[in-house]
Amino acid sequence: MQKKIGYYPGCSLEGSSREYSESVVTLANAFDVELVQVPDWNCCGATAAHNLNSILSFSLPARILAKAQEAEMDTIVVPCAACYNRLTMVQHELKKDDALRAEVNGIIEAELKCDIKILNIVQFIQMFVADFVASKQQFLFDKKVACYYGCLLVRPHDVLDFDRTEDPQSMDEVMKSLGANPIDWPFKTECCGAGMSVSRTDIVGRLSGRIVKEAADRGAEAIIVACPMCHSNLDMRRPALEKAMGEKLTIPVLYISQAIDMALGKSQKETGINRHFVPVNISLQNRVAAPQVVLEKTEEN
Amino acid sequence: MARIGVFICHCGENISATVDCEKVAKVASEFPGVTVSVDYKYMCSDPGQNMVKEAILEHNLTGVVVSACSPRMHEPTFRNACAEAGLNPFLCEMANIREHCSWVHEKSDATTDKAIDIVRTLVEKVKRNEALAPIYVPITKTAVVIGGGVAGIQASLDIADAGHKVVLVEREPSIGGHMSQLSETFPTLDCSQCILTPRMVDVARHPNITLYTYAEIESVDGSIGNFNVKIRLKSKSLDEKLCTGCGACIQKCPVKKIPSEFEQGLGKRTAIYVPFPQAVPNKPVIDRVNCTYYIKGKCKVCEIVCPTKAIRFDQEDSFVEVQAGALLLATGFDVLKTNFFPEYGYGKYEDVIDGLAFERLASASGPTKGEIRRPSDGEIPKKIVFIACAGSRDPAKGIEYCSKICCMYTAKHAMLYKHKVHEGTPYIFYMDIRATGKMYEEFVRRAIEEDEVKYIRGRVSQVYEKNGKLIVRGVDTLLMGQPVEIEADMVVLATAGIASPGSEELAQKLHVSYDKHKFFSEAHPKLKPVETNTAGIYLAGACQSTKDIPETVAAASGAAAKIAGLFSNDLLKRDPLIAVVKKCAPPLYSSCTGCFMCIPVCPYQAIDKEEIKDRSGNIIKTISHINPGLCQGCGTCVAFCKSKSIDILGYNHDQVCAEVEALLNEW
Repeated sequence: MQKKIGYYPGCSLEGSSREYSESVVTLANAFDVELVQVPDWNCCGATAAHNLNSILSFSLPARILAKAQEAEMDTIVVPCAACYNRLTMVQHELKKDDALRAEVNGIIEAELKCDIKILNIVQFIQMFVADFVASKQQFLFDKKVACYYGCLLVRPHDVLDFDRTEDPQSMDEVMKSLGANPIDWPFKTECCGAGMSVSRTDIVGRLSGRIVKEAADRGAEAIIVACPMCHSNLDMRRPALEKAMGEKLTIPVLYISQAIDMALGKSQKETGINRHFVPVNISLQNRVAAPQVVLEKTEEN
Repeated sequence: MARIGVFICHCGENISATVDCEKVAKVASEFPGVTVSVDYKYMCSDPGQNMVKEAILEHNLTGVVVSACSPRMHEPTFRNACAEAGLNPFLCEMANIREHCSWVHEKSDATTDKAIDIVRTLVEKVKRNEALAPIYVPITKTAVVIGGGVAGIQASLDIADAGHKVVLVEREPSIGGHMSQLSETFPTLDCSQCILTPRMVDVARHPNITLYTYAEIESVDGSIGNFNVKIRLKSKSLDEKLCTGCGACIQKCPVKKIPSEFEQGLGKRTAIYVPFPQAVPNKPVIDRVNCTYYIKGKCKVCEIVCPTKAIRFDQEDSFVEVQAGALLLATGFDVLKTNFFPEYGYGKYEDVIDGLAFERLASASGPTKGEIRRPSDGEIPKKIVFIACAGSRDPAKGIEYCSKICCMYTAKHAMLYKHKVHEGTPYIFYMDIRATGKMYEEFVRRAIEEDEVKYIRGRVSQVYEKNGKLIVRGVDTLLMGQPVEIEADMVVLATAGIASPGSEELAQKLHVSYDKHKFFSEAHPKLKPVETNTAGIYLAGACQSTKDIPETVAAASGAAAKIAGLFSNDLLKRDPLIAVVKKCAPPLYSSCTGCFMCIPVCPYQAIDKEEIKDRSGNIIKTISHINPGLCQGCGTCVAFCKSKSIDILGYNHDQVCAEVEALLNEW
């Protein structure tokens, strides 16, 4: 039976990170989930809005939530970590502050209930994929991987209430269930340089360079991410990283949805890995016997 | 005809800022029965009290209402003043217009109206008050001290030296507490064991002290002057009278790899063990969780080698009951452990340890005989990073408070390391240096200037292992927020001091209040620092909040002085606010029907039966009787009495109903 849930891709997944969107849709379809885009969605405001205009930074995500509410979506999946963070934070703030909600309602001309369940990609996997992955998996992801969470997926804990802020584990658990060996490493939530990518590529080179080098030094064969910003800094900016580190860095960077797609045996086109700047030279073994690993729900802090 | 005096206090501005005190006094002067009504800035001061006394004499008052703060604060003050003027103290009542009114409301007419209402209820009550006489109960001059750390030891010795009996109860197999684990002590660097162990021996030898180790409080009932304390003596699997403490059993015990609690897991112990060689009493206990005999049913090596046949495998927990006049809580503290700090790798990397573990490394009697060697490979660390405030002053970690002792012991640790490893480099990451005791600041300066400890003002974000080194990443906030990275061989976390495990449970057993961090609460933060809110139960040391040794000892002696003061009287004066069964003239004698519902519901077993006899000794009627020495005035029996035959003195039906009616009826 096909399940339908709401889907907010955000700008990155339409543009520089369209392979992320492709892989998420492939993944959802593989598990009989239909992703329905929030109608007439707009920009979430990202970092720019809340640096410039507080009320705008509330109104932009609020309008997205209002559109989802209008379309009677009770759950929406938001793969971009920045969009996920903004939408969750805004819903939280509006829910507790009646005056602010009234003001924002006036601007977006809607009556927000603030009760939409907003899922990040890992939560989506935990809810719709984890229990069935063993039955559909064709290849064993038997690689050493470095799960890189970035800053926005797990912070602030008080609001997001997802995984623990220091040394998070949820992506590690997902990768373990695919047969991978996630390494214990210190840079899981280290800053990648984020939007400095455009204005100060050299800083991103230093910051992201450290992350990639640390993963490679510890023997990881792939870095697993869940954020388009992290991905573009670690992947697209690789020449700048190599310049800053003074060495060649060949470790590929995969979205967690792509990693699962690969294990399911999906083609390069379906997973979108052909779009990466750093070539993904990972070949997976045929899965002979089903690995008896059950994905555990990540423990809270 | 009632002649009531009403005295409205401004409490500086505490009350008058939101309540119009003059208006309250004016309105109150028109209440029926009120003869005099005045307001004054500080009613509890000497001139204020004199106003009350003079009014009593001048107007021949029959009752006094002081409208001020909570009765918990100044009821005794004003009752004493009334008594001095010849008015029975129980004819004086407090109308609480501060905590119940001015502090919790904004300035408005409604606030003033509420204050007037509060005063009116008490005026109506005091009109119906009766003169009461205090009751006297004998005091059992024995103190039970709970916890045998330095606080419990000091207090026990002080109380015992004052000539009173002490029962000292310690949960662990030996007294000594955390202080016995410490290497040297700040700010003098004298050896902790050298100053503590003689006192431990004094405790064991003192004729007035009975020591129960490996024992816990099972239950406590009774009240000040006469507590009944039931103590569980956990089975040591040993006949202590026969044991000579020779140690043969410990040498031969085949289970040798149990992480020692005393050594903070850095050393090992056997299944039959004494925590440390200087333990008091120096007799072993069997740790049944790890003992082969209790796991597999065979071994008994200790029994075979024991020359005096003192091992008792079938010994069970036993109980002793102690009558005591006062209890002292001295249960100490613990340091935060577990993987509370994934970012600091605590619990993940062997060479990231807490301060208490470092004390053992630096201690001459520790697992390395006082050499600073890191736990993972026994190498001497060339760089140690000390991280202050690991958990303390960190609301994100749930601990807002300053643990207070860490600044000093971290400076001491860095110094001790430098004294032992001259070529080593100690770094300390800190937020602020809080060195406010006598000779404390000088001590820290010495660490910086003489021992060249590198202090870095800033927080550490992360500790991780790379190529055998611990990489410490932090920030130097005095250098324009420059990131700092140090390759260390060992990291010592000054983890937050927290309440001792089991504190909450013990507090509930003893009915003493505790704060949200499970530290016991003192009765008043400034004026009653060693008393709890429960009369007769005192506290000392780090069970109240983390304290260093000088402060702990001072508090212990303070509490001991309080207990000795209590014991200096033979009789304890108590407020007569107890339940009584009402009596009346024959032929009824009492409205009590003798259903005795009150007997089983009394939590203090204070009620028994009384026979009313005629002159020739024939029983006319059997009614309930309440023992005034045992009754705590809780009122449970009043609620259960179907014939309304029981009253609490000072809070009888008439008085309470008058209060309620005064609130309900419009004047």
